Amino acid sequence: MSVLVNKNSKIIVQGITGKIGSFHAEDMIRYGSPVVGGVTPGKGGTEIHGKPVFNTVKDAVAATGADVSIVFVPPPFAADSIMEAADAGIKVAVCITDGIPTQDMMRVKRYMKRYKAENRMRLLGPNCAGIITPGEALVGIMPGHIYLPGRIGIVGRSGTLGYEAASQLKEIGIGVSTSVGIGGDPINGCSHRDILELFENDPDTDAVIMIGEIGGPQEVEAGMYARDHMTKPVCAYIAGLSAPKGRKMGHAGAIVSSVGESAAEKVELLKECGVTIVPTPAEFASTVQKMLSGLRVAAE
Amino acid sequence: MDIHEYQAKEILAKFGVPIPKGGLAYSPEQAAYRAREIGGSVWVVKAQVHTGGRGKAGGVKVCKSENEVEEAAEKMLGRKLVTHQSGPAGKMVNRLYVEGGVNIAKELYLGFVLDRAEQRVIVIGSTEGGMDIEEVAEQKPESIVKISVEPAVGMQAFQARELAFQLGIPGTAVADATRVILGAYRAFRDKDGMMLEINPLVFTGEGTLIALDAKMSFDDNAMFRHPDISELRDKSQEDPRETQAADRGLSYVGLDGDVGCIVNGAGLAMATMDMILLEGGAPANFLDIGGGATPERVAKAFRLVTQDKNVKVVLVNIFAGINRCDWVAQGVVKAVEIAGLDLPLVVRLAGTNVDEGRKIINESGINVISATTLAEAARLSVAAAKTGKAVAA
Repeated sequence: MSVLVNKNSKIIVQGITGKIGSFHAEDMIRYGSPVVGGVTPGKGGTEIHGKPVFNTVKDAVAATGADVSIVFVPPPFAADSIMEAADAGIKVAVCITDGIPTQDMMRVKRYMKRYKAENRMRLLGPNCAGIITPGEALVGIMPGHIYLPGRIGIVGRSGTLGYEAASQLKEIGIGVSTSVGIGGDPINGCSHRDILELFENDPDTDAVIMIGEIGGPQEVEAGMYARDHMTKPVCAYIAGLSAPKGRKMGHAGAIVSSVGESAAEKVELLKECGVTIVPTPAEFASTVQKMLSGLRVAAE
Repeated sequence: MDIHEYQAKEILAKFGVPIPKGGLAYSPEQAAYRAREIGGSVWVVKAQVHTGGRGKAGGVKVCKSENEVEEAAEKMLGRKLVTHQSGPAGKMVNRLYVEGGVNIAKELYLGFVLDRAEQRVIVIGSTEGGMDIEEVAEQKPESIVKISVEPAVGMQAFQARELAFQLGIPGTAVADATRVILGAYRAFRDKDGMMLEINPLVFTGEGTLIALDAKMSFDDNAMFRHPDISELRDKSQEDPRETQAADRGLSYVGLDGDVGCIVNGAGLAMATMDMILLEGGAPANFLDIGGGATPERVAKAFRLVTQDKNVKVVLVNIFAGINRCDWVAQGVVKAVEIAGLDLPLVVRLAGTNVDEGRKIINESGINVISATTLAEAARLSVAAAKTGKAVAA
């Protein structure tokens, strides 16, 4: 098992005929992901990479039973595409698009609340690298070969830093249950806390790496959740120790604008919550190894 | 994106927020002429710079005659204004705004921000106008009122009215205040603001509201639908290195250290800087070359980083997902061949096509220190920055 996506998912690609969408759709299919089709308005009835293209998400869902969508639609239209997916009954949407206006995302989040909790879509991103359940489904843009199947959950804002963690784990033969990107935007779909909850309830995840960064309250909220509700160990790295205050570090959301948002403050607050801190970005694997041996000792 | 005070006021005025009479000046003569145009007997000369804290730093001067206006302008123009918010380099004063005096009865604060925890627009009001809102939050937190705006319907009149009463606006002026507050909200919403601060919002002796100072910044991601706002960009207020980077589609933040960084991905770029710091060095910059980095783009990044005279070593750290290591390697080789490089260069490649990438670097004949892990890359860079030359792995 895993969280959010697996070999039984039915994945559609929104924006599948665009340059980027097409490139990554092909890569996902090559990885063995269960891609069932794509959506590009006006290109319904055609085929790409051997998969059918539909005009609307509703058409795609009706014809294929799709339950997962990945969005490669350009920023001016991406928010609309996410809402379209939510209305068509998609359960998990991953938005890769970087550069969506913040107020658009505010409206998307508000719109998603129109649906009853049990029908409500989970949104990952925007501005994220996607989700991968190694060996089963790649719904994203990450290089699949650096992930070994296994029992460590990864949740992070940054794509490349997630790759760094996964490849360090692979070096020492530790695998990943699912790696989830939540994206670097100030207003995003699922939070760190939401994903920790999924990992806590996933029988095939033993421990979790959380990769956060400066800006926003989500890492600390997740830390409090881990303290109050989790039995599984969590370790965390917060990027941006060297980032000056008030400056945006690449990600729209990576900016220290109020108290408790700097890397040093987040690390202190997470420590207080009992979260193990990954001291440097070169020590993801060694920290996980220590956590796992701690688990074994506890089991004995 | 930030804009100047006078530009923010022009936008607010279009949404029905009253502003004092004023005019822009690029020279002392123009400033004096503006004063005459505005009339009255008191004027304020204000340096137009993208930073706060102007008043305490000498960037705002109250004048009683046209001569004083001219003198104040003479002193401000063409100089850098260093405030507690501007950083030590300060901001160049190229434009002045001359305003007529206002009869102040009460100074209030009105602000709009995007709250990340609530994922909504929050309206902030305070009876303590004229001070930094952070200071007010520390010293008189009870004076601060916060209102959360429901994104589906926007700010409602009753919310503006409640805020007006809480700010102590007398009943006779509340209808007017409601209109002003809602106007400011609409300016923020319609123009995709990230922050709007009217501080102070003045309640005048005549019983009306007027925006005495205004600061506004916008969502860079929404500029595609606001060509009128992106026109207001003033490059003289930006770090020239960052302007250059932005014009080339690179995300760059200049810092004070000596290890130049070229990285893909914002998270990895921050982590690389952190690693340098933890190894006892100091990063010279944040630079994310982004996904799909072609050789040309890498070459551009190279030129940008090496233009910084503080840089003593260049560290390239790429974990290729969308990127391909062979492209990045070609870019590095191309950049070194064209521009030459007399600084030590540390390269760490990982991910897609890593073997091809390493091969290109190794066979190019350029002088490179190769690293396989992030830790090694940081350690070698810091060592090279300290000794001024390459240290073997």
